[in-house]
Amino acid sequence: MSPAKRAAEVSGLYVRFVGDAEVLEHIVERREGAKVPKGSVQKLLALKEDQGPQECEGSVGEQDYLDALGTGATAGEEDGGGGGGGSSGPGGSAVFTFQTAKRSHKMAQMASEMARAPGRTVTFCSPGSPEAAGSPSRGSRGAAGETRTPPKGRKVRFVSSTPHRLRKRLAAPNLRSESDSDLSPSHSEDEEDDDEEEREEKEELREAELTTPSKVAAAALYRTPAKKPKKGLEPSLVEEYFTAHASSKVTTSDRTLQKLQTPKLDQETLARLLDGKPSSYADEINQLNKEHEKFFSKWMLQLQLGFNVLLYGLGSKKPLLERFRTSRLLGVTHLVVNGFFPSITLKSILNSITVEVLEHQGSFRSPVEQMDFIMKSLRQDPSLQVYLVIHNIDGPMLRSEKTQQALGQLASLTNVHVLASIDHINAPLVWDQAKLSLFNWLWYETTTYLPYAEETSYENSLLVQQSGALALSSLTHVLRSLTPNARGIFRLLAEFQLESRDNPSYSGLSFQEFYQRCREAFLVNSDVTLRTQLTEFRDHKLIRTKKGADSVEYLLIPVDPATLTDFLEKEDAQ
Amino acid sequence: SGLNHYAISLQEDLNKKMLDGLLEFVKKSAASFWCRDDDWMSRMRASEIPTAALVLGVNMPDHTITFESMTELLHDSLTPFVASVQAKECTAMKQLMQKVLQRLMGTNVMVDEDEAEADLGFHTRDCPQKRVNCSLSALCDWYQSATKKSPVKSPRKRLSSSQSEFLQSPPVVVIFRDLEAFSPQVLQDFILVCSQYVHQLPLVFIFGIATSPSTIQRMLPHSVSSLLCIELFQSLSCTQHLATIIDKLFLTSKFHFKFSAKVLQVLVGIFLYHDFSVCNFIKGLQLSLLEHFHSQPLSVLCCHKQEALVHAQQLNDRDVERIQQLPSFMRYVEEQVPEEQVQLLTSSEHVKGVCQKLLKSLHKYHKNFYPALRCLHVLTSILPKYPLGKQIRELYVLCLEKKVWETQEYDSAMQLIRMLAKDELVTCLQKCVEILTFCKSKKLKKYTLYASTIKCINHLHHPYSSFNYSFQTLLEMKECRRTRRKTPYEILRNAVVDYIDNLVKTHLYPPESQPLYEVWYYSSSGTVRRHLNATPRTSIQTALSHPYCYLQNDSGIISSAAPDICIIYKLHLECGRLINLYDWLEAYATVATAAEGKDPSAIEGGKVDELKHARFIRAVSELEFLGFVKSTKQKTDHVARLTWGGC
Repeated sequence: MSPAKRAAEVSGLYVRFVGDAEVLEHIVERREGAKVPKGSVQKLLALKEDQGPQECEGSVGEQDYLDALGTGATAGEEDGGGGGGGSSGPGGSAVFTFQTAKRSHKMAQMASEMARAPGRTVTFCSPGSPEAAGSPSRGSRGAAGETRTPPKGRKVRFVSSTPHRLRKRLAAPNLRSESDSDLSPSHSEDEEDDDEEEREEKEELREAELTTPSKVAAAALYRTPAKKPKKGLEPSLVEEYFTAHASSKVTTSDRTLQKLQTPKLDQETLARLLDGKPSSYADEINQLNKEHEKFFSKWMLQLQLGFNVLLYGLGSKKPLLERFRTSRLLGVTHLVVNGFFPSITLKSILNSITVEVLEHQGSFRSPVEQMDFIMKSLRQDPSLQVYLVIHNIDGPMLRSEKTQQALGQLASLTNVHVLASIDHINAPLVWDQAKLSLFNWLWYETTTYLPYAEETSYENSLLVQQSGALALSSLTHVLRSLTPNARGIFRLLAEFQLESRDNPSYSGLSFQEFYQRCREAFLVNSDVTLRTQLTEFRDHKLIRTKKGADSVEYLLIPVDPATLTDFLEKEDAQ
Repeated sequence: SGLNHYAISLQEDLNKKMLDGLLEFVKKSAASFWCRDDDWMSRMRASEIPTAALVLGVNMPDHTITFESMTELLHDSLTPFVASVQAKECTAMKQLMQKVLQRLMGTNVMVDEDEAEADLGFHTRDCPQKRVNCSLSALCDWYQSATKKSPVKSPRKRLSSSQSEFLQSPPVVVIFRDLEAFSPQVLQDFILVCSQYVHQLPLVFIFGIATSPSTIQRMLPHSVSSLLCIELFQSLSCTQHLATIIDKLFLTSKFHFKFSAKVLQVLVGIFLYHDFSVCNFIKGLQLSLLEHFHSQPLSVLCCHKQEALVHAQQLNDRDVERIQQLPSFMRYVEEQVPEEQVQLLTSSEHVKGVCQKLLKSLHKYHKNFYPALRCLHVLTSILPKYPLGKQIRELYVLCLEKKVWETQEYDSAMQLIRMLAKDELVTCLQKCVEILTFCKSKKLKKYTLYASTIKCINHLHHPYSSFNYSFQTLLEMKECRRTRRKTPYEILRNAVVDYIDNLVKTHLYPPESQPLYEVWYYSSSGTVRRHLNATPRTSIQTALSHPYCYLQNDSGIISSAAPDICIIYKLHLECGRLINLYDWLEAYATVATAAEGKDPSAIEGGKVDELKHARFIRAVSELEFLGFVKSTKQKTDHVARLTWGGC
């Protein structure tokens, strides 16, 4: 049955040769429970080797198949199919890689599309206007020709780079079906791709037409920037969401940043590189910001009349608020809160109000009590006007319900005036109806396009190498306040960790072993002492404990080796 | 600055009006407490706690004012013992108890006892039930001593009088501001405990309810709710409230600041579709007042007539120029004879004179506009399907927008009026006469013209109503109807409708038709919407996907490249759920290189220069900061995309 069929698939030549007799022999022997005799297999192999080395896979597959005759019938067939086509095409995993490559290619395609897109935008938006200095040569050629189809010479290149998604976005339903199939990980991808390549050439002209509406939309937006340009495409966007979330499989390429020569830059290098590099838009951005400054007197008036002002829009609003502060608030009591700062707390804000503004020296049992005190004292003294400038009132540390409630209560006082900014796209969700009425916001759109230099410098970005400077200083600070014995204990652990830095499976020093070592160094006399010490370390986040598979506690210093070496060197120097 | 004072005073006036309405309501509920206190003894025996359930509507923030003024009122007129609690502060029985005690005792400066109370609570924390009993009995003790003390001091006159009348013991009022938000268990416990002490402590509860009274039944089992003697109070619905405000502030010639149709629509839209908050509506009004007086220099003329005339006389040359540039004034100039036109364009003194004249006519126009509007509303609001709107604000918006008599709805309304039965028509006309006489009494001195119209309608109305009520005429009319001839009633009805039609056509011109209307009307609906109902996310996404909307310099040239973050954003739109950072970087580098005018193909092979790398890092962390992507551990060097459908 299937052996014959299968063999026919692989090659017609040795169908008979494998023969019923041999198969029977195998079957019989399996039934007897004995091992497959080497001889027969080798015979098989020898015969196959005649077919050429590329058939080896197939033959091994066959052997497997023969071994697991009863159950593996279908598997064998598949294997055989793979072997048959295998000489030319890749297996399942290869298809997967191919597909991901395509995906990543898509972004690259988009990129190259965009690389020439700006030129076209210029031609569209200001026909006949002189070219901007930095625009690519292709762009100027397009401008001269007043045409949106790319010049012939470039055609081949750009035809293949037409982004699929772009077309999908622009597009008619007939195009959508096609791009849908390109989303699903089907194995007919390659043929379709060829098809698409051909179709793309045909659609070249049509695409140029399709591009036009989006440009028109963009132009129309000059007057009403707040309006969303597209309505009719909503369903396809919804589809997009569900297609992206339907399967847990993610199709992206496996390339990592390790391929770069400088995989990670640290914060300082980053700042150095970006510093003093003017953006290509300096003039326009300046102009935009000048426009916003005209609101200053209005803000001041509205703040005094009991409104609070909230700024939103793309770009850092810190410089703008800072200018407002320096130009309008210098003579009056004001407090600046950096909401983006990762360690800001409600307590610190309230403390600065009580200590700096109200000049109260006592301490409070709870923030609620402190709030009550602040509210009471501000109500009693209506002549005291306090201006609160809050950069990023939606900052990660201020998002909690209690904090916002407290800030809202402050803002609702008649002599507290709040000027704040938000940046996160979901920031308005922080406030419910009650809080909104406390804040009494007037919203102002202030799109500045300024880089979020300070705001993002605190974020632990994937791309930024943590310099460890902070970790090192905190290490030394904490350690300095400890007893010599405790320092010795920590040192022991650090040294051990450095010794085994090359061992990738190192998961920490087990407690028992650590105790032994500490005893030997006369640092502790009982494991209770060591445990107390370790608790202290843990409280200061100097060490981390992990339960291993054998339920033994392992101790680890969560600092990278370089910082640790630095630390030990510093300790030695003392 | 004088303008702002004016604006502020108007705002205050406005708030006062609203508070007055609320106070009236509170007085009503307070009055009912008195009644209830009358038969206090009988209630007490049944160990029921008198409870007022106030249904206040869904917009919770608006209630704050109600509760504040209610507390104040109770405090001033009825009892010094008022404690108001919110669900947020009392998540457990212990906290609720603590708050109530604190607020009750704190009012009489008995902090020490309160402290002791708190300490006591602390010591016996392990047996909460005991602690609660203990603290409430402490409250009883405190109450005994306080009521004994207070007649001696008795700072409040009305309080002492009330004490002589009512049991010498003022009730202890506990207000639950947001009943729905309380945990049912806490509430049940509290009520159970309180019912034990109702013999010693004249407790009164007030429940603030946002949804419907059935909430009480849902939250409390019968065993608990039977301990309460609930009386229901319904406050004005928020739409009625809004109608009153619009009626008192806009449909009157007393206040000169007006909304254009669009602004009113925006504010009413926010009210109806977003929050049902009268407070927010008033905030919108305050904002537009502020904007109007801040941005329109000619708003100096937006005040009482005498003042306005004086201001008009004192206009400087720039203001005169501004007047000349007003579209409505320009239209007015065009209508004049050529000699007059020259005069108006050259002589500023002449402009001032004309301006005074126009201001007078503007005042007159408004004095006639609102009564006419009300009359029309009275007649059309009873028609089936409300062709001109059920609420007067709808009719008002319609009249502000265009000539109402040119609309189809108006025609159909007039036809329907011509078919009204006589009793309906008579009641309507009586209302109209009331409206018109109300206006007449005020301005008879100066406006004989309008008085004559009123006389006219009276004349029309009186013979008609007098013969209408006589039985004989009725019979006569019935007979006439049988004979299919036009009855005198029908003739009169037609005359009335014609008169109304005439009234509308002479007085309900849209304000745009009046010269200098810009001085009174605030029309920047966009500003109001942007400041009150902002859409930050749309703004950010527009800025990212269409940077040219914002970045335009004087010459109108758009330079070729977009800011880094926009490029990064557009590239990220092309990706699925996860984004490979390396690919992203490469794609970005291609775009950036092209923008610099170099050949993008030169950077193949993973060589990205440091500066571009740094710019990429910054842009990605900015996107992360804005909430478009977040780091993920699903795959190395990948970030997860967080938004969908924005481009």
